[in-house]
Amino acid sequence: MMEQLWLIPALPLAGFVVNGVLGRRVSKAVVHTVAIGTVALSFLWVLKTLSALMPLETAHVERYGTWIASGSLEFALEFAVDRLTAVMLLVVTGVGLVIHIYSVGYMAHEGGYYRFFAFLNLFMFFMLTLVLANNFLLLFVGWEGVGLCSYLLIGFYFLRRSATTAGNKAFIVNRIGDFGFSLAMFLMVVTFGSLDFAKVFPAVEKMPVEAAAGVVTAICLLLFVGATGKSAQIPLYVWLPDAMEGPTPVSALIHAATMVTAGVYMIARSWPLFTHAPLAMDVVATIGLLTALVAATIGMTQFDIKKVFAYSTVSQLGYMILGVGVGAFGAGIFHLVTHAFFKALLFLGSGSVIHALSGEQDLRKMGGLRKHTPITFVTLVCAGVAIAGVPPFSGFFSKDEILLAAHHHHPWMYWIGALTAGITAFYVFRAIFLCFFGEYRGEGRPHESPPSMTIPLIVLAALSLGGGFLPVPHFLDPVFPAMEGQHESALVFVSVALGLAGIGVAAWFYVLRPGLADRVAASLGGLYRLVYNKYFVDEIYWAAVVRPVVGGSRTLLWRVMDAGVIDGIVNGIGGRARDAGRLVRLLQSGNIRSYATWVLLGSVFAIIGMGLAGGLR
Amino acid sequence: MAGVPLAWYLILSAILFALGIAGFLFRRNLITMFMSIELMLNAVNLSFVAFSYKFGRVDGQIFTFFVMVVAAAEAAVGLAIILAVFRTRKTLAVDEIDSLKY
Amino acid sequence: MNLLDLILLLPAAGFLAVLLLPRRNPGAARGVALAVSLAVFVLSLALAAPVWKDGSTMQFVTDADWIESPAIRYHVGVDGLGIWLVLLATLLTPVCVLVSWRHIDRRVKEFYAFLLLLEVGLIGVFVALDLFLFYVFWEVSLVPMYFLIGIWGHERRIYAAVKFFLYTMAGSVLMLACIIYLYNRTGTFDYTSLLAMINAGDLILSRPEQLLLFLGFFIAFAIKVPLFPLHTWLPDAHVEAPTAGSIMLASVMLKMGTYGLVRFALPMFPTAAREFAWWIVILAIIGIIYGALVAMVQPNMKKLVAYSSVSHLGFVVLGIFTFTQAGLDGAVYQMLNHGISTGALFLLVGYLYERRHSLEIADFGGVATAAPNLSTVFMITMLASIGLPMLNNFVGEFLVLVGSAQVDFRWTVFAAIGVILSACYMLWLYQRVFFGETPEKVREKVYDLRPREWAAAIPLVALMVWMGTVTKTFLPPVSARNAEILRQTTVNAEFLVEAPPGARGAAAEAVEVADAR
Repeated sequence: MMEQLWLIPALPLAGFVVNGVLGRRVSKAVVHTVAIGTVALSFLWVLKTLSALMPLETAHVERYGTWIASGSLEFALEFAVDRLTAVMLLVVTGVGLVIHIYSVGYMAHEGGYYRFFAFLNLFMFFMLTLVLANNFLLLFVGWEGVGLCSYLLIGFYFLRRSATTAGNKAFIVNRIGDFGFSLAMFLMVVTFGSLDFAKVFPAVEKMPVEAAAGVVTAICLLLFVGATGKSAQIPLYVWLPDAMEGPTPVSALIHAATMVTAGVYMIARSWPLFTHAPLAMDVVATIGLLTALVAATIGMTQFDIKKVFAYSTVSQLGYMILGVGVGAFGAGIFHLVTHAFFKALLFLGSGSVIHALSGEQDLRKMGGLRKHTPITFVTLVCAGVAIAGVPPFSGFFSKDEILLAAHHHHPWMYWIGALTAGITAFYVFRAIFLCFFGEYRGEGRPHESPPSMTIPLIVLAALSLGGGFLPVPHFLDPVFPAMEGQHESALVFVSVALGLAGIGVAAWFYVLRPGLADRVAASLGGLYRLVYNKYFVDEIYWAAVVRPVVGGSRTLLWRVMDAGVIDGIVNGIGGRARDAGRLVRLLQSGNIRSYATWVLLGSVFAIIGMGLAGGLR
Repeated sequence: MAGVPLAWYLILSAILFALGIAGFLFRRNLITMFMSIELMLNAVNLSFVAFSYKFGRVDGQIFTFFVMVVAAAEAAVGLAIILAVFRTRKTLAVDEIDSLKY
Repeated sequence: MNLLDLILLLPAAGFLAVLLLPRRNPGAARGVALAVSLAVFVLSLALAAPVWKDGSTMQFVTDADWIESPAIRYHVGVDGLGIWLVLLATLLTPVCVLVSWRHIDRRVKEFYAFLLLLEVGLIGVFVALDLFLFYVFWEVSLVPMYFLIGIWGHERRIYAAVKFFLYTMAGSVLMLACIIYLYNRTGTFDYTSLLAMINAGDLILSRPEQLLLFLGFFIAFAIKVPLFPLHTWLPDAHVEAPTAGSIMLASVMLKMGTYGLVRFALPMFPTAAREFAWWIVILAIIGIIYGALVAMVQPNMKKLVAYSSVSHLGFVVLGIFTFTQAGLDGAVYQMLNHGISTGALFLLVGYLYERRHSLEIADFGGVATAAPNLSTVFMITMLASIGLPMLNNFVGEFLVLVGSAQVDFRWTVFAAIGVILSACYMLWLYQRVFFGETPEKVREKVYDLRPREWAAAIPLVALMVWMGTVTKTFLPPVSARNAEILRQTTVNAEFLVEAPPGARGAAAEAVEVADAR
């Protein structure tokens, strides 16, 4: 039975085409009606499809034909829905719809309105293709496509050099990740002869363990390279903080709620591969944990409100990666869902603040805004308690599930994770306190945002608070392998306590004792500067990778190799031929009398020669 | 062949030929060079006629006519070219007529 | 006379017709050239359907005597390998006519005459089945390109034209020597007869013979491709050529080399091809990375695109020498993709040059504000060029890399680095030319696309999307022919080297064994 799954991504694509072609000629109202309308229809189609397909015990597959066929290889155009995809579809279309609506208000006074909505629609198309794909190739199509949209939207304000540079950085860093992903695909084609989920995963199960270990580990690690790019993990996370150059709804949709979680989704989707590669799983978990900690420490020191939340996103993605890395796939996806709510809310809320302050993003120039923007304030606090893991709000459930699974895996992972949870609570509330408490430190009159912006905030706030009660892990049980072992509920108190402590410290530093924070920072000196400057990672990459490559290409390859050696040889051959010609040319003086002299001399020699030879006979 | 031996004709012919070469090599004026060529041709004609007379055959004389015809044609074409060159260049010094060389 | 002969004859007639037009009326030359090239394109579309049904056999074959002794025949035909390349040539000629409409204002009729002559040569190369005829068309295409660069090019055009000519000549003379050697061995120039002889075991080339003959052909083709380190003529030729010359050169002429490899070098000398494959692949991979790195630091747009061609053509050569179905299919597909996307890049760079009269990246900036449509088309083309899925290049690169992974995974790893680098140089170019504040000069001079310019760009953009999404339209005939070529290379491999002189019986047996499989 066909459910016409293709309509789900095709609707936003239609919106993209309409807005892309006609957008410049029609009014803003038409533009956002088309954009929101197509996404809303897509959302409704998801609901209709899922209700028709429930309870969705097994995957529902639809095949539309062959994309690429060569010899025995065949790559199909196939969409499929299982429970994992269902969750992702709801998150992407749901949160996407809310953010589309929010954008109407946020972008109202910006140029390039139609371009913005066209790109957002295009993003929805690729993201939905990514989650619906039933083989790695189609997943890769969506994977690259969302990267493209991310590039286009980060560089949306293309008059600003910093924005376009950030866009390039995002695309290129993601390309490095995609390099890993594509290599994993090639290895899969060679090993399994196919990229279909339905063929690869059973084949892995059947492989003998010894045979599987090497190649499956390699495939998993390469896939994970892809995930580090898209989901901003060490060492490829550097693009995400810069990506905040884009408009805030973009940061919320692409760089918080959906696209950056694609790596988590991909690993969860490929769990049959990863469970056969314990080494790769350990690498994934360790990197995830490390990223969570490092990004959280950077988040503590930043003053750009969006940068704080960007590092928070990196850190939270680290949690999710940790979750799937320790085998708690359901928990990782659960955190993905709740994170989509509260992080989208954090970004949209910060967008509302920025909107209220006409573009100001520096926390040091905010303060006392809770009187001016009450709705934004309340909703941001909702997001704050959710991300800080305060029970019974959404972050508490999902994060603790991950941490407990980590404890089961390796206890030290739990402790670092719990510490990070404390830091998380600290920096989020630091931002909230700096923004909404104390005295207003900026200029201009702050004002609350229009309803098209506040209503999405309220919707997301409700989801952030109550999202923890969504039965996502239970719903996903049939998809993923069961986790063995029992939870030690005592540990829950530890992480909650650390979270509350983080909030308390933030309140102590920024509400009760303003100025204390600066003194602490000053007393830490070098360490503080190291963290404040993001561990100088960008500078190290620049000096160690970018500069040598560009400089080496310019001097060594182009000037020396191409122009010097190769062209030198070519021109050298030409030059020697010319020299030889020049030598012979001396005979051809162009002077008639010298020719005549040559003739004369020649005749004389000929006659003498003939005489010596004994005359003509 | 009463009196004048063959060698004398040949010596005269050689002298004329040498004069022609010398003129061709050392004069700069195109007309003079042209006349030197004619001189060489006639020197050769002289030896042809002398040999023809000596051996009693007509080949040499026929050759002489050929040479004279060619020389006449050459004179016609050559002088025309020289005239054209002089009209455009206002000079007949060979060293200055060198635009095809570079 | 069948359709294919007509397609060869028509541009030749057009060439003469344009030459005979009065010099005073350049409009007539443009009109005739456009009409002829469009007619040729429409006619050539009719070739596609029969070939699509059966790509593995030669169709529209004409086999007639040309010169009695030596036995040179006029033997032409198309199959799945040649058909799209013929269509590429016939499509891009009218595009080039349109592009040059205003741009060429000097010696107009000669320009269009040469363009049509070029078309004859290019089509001829892709359909010739007689080695000598192939050589003739190969050289016929060289001459008009030499003049296109040398007469209508930029400042250093003479240097570039001479360099281009000498480079290519050096290679093609070697190829001619090999063709003549084969003739002396067999008494025929005919490609199909030669293959039949090889299949039947009547022609057994000893290993040293094969190696030398292969090298002769290979060097000629490698220069044309151009394979690292024989590529330095390409940037010069591109930078100096007029827009139409660059388009034809990059899109179609470079494919003569890769086409020759697939059509001639592989099936005729399989032993040597397999023996050299490893070295050639290394050169191809070096070319992929080297071309991309050097492209990254170019200050001149055309040079950048030219070096990117070196990188892209490296993929094609890599695919060919994997000796896998996927690799070969990908290589042929990539030839077409490169023709479309790089052709479009040169087209757009040409538009920018017409406006700003500069090719230096530093002279641009903020074009997106001044010419949004041009920028959009450039963006799509750039994305196609860097291999974004759903646009054409992705399919080719993917298949090539799959093919190479089946042989040696290390090749794939290194070649895939080129995919990262392509994003670097293209995005950086785009940022510097199109983004940012618009300088005064750009705002004054750069206007958006005109209808005639749209007409030239639209087909290419449409093809990028079409070839990227519906591969079924293009791939089946190519696959069918490539399967045939692969079979040919294995048939040969059975008896080739080991067979001692005079061991024809054993060789024939080996062929039978191979055929029976």
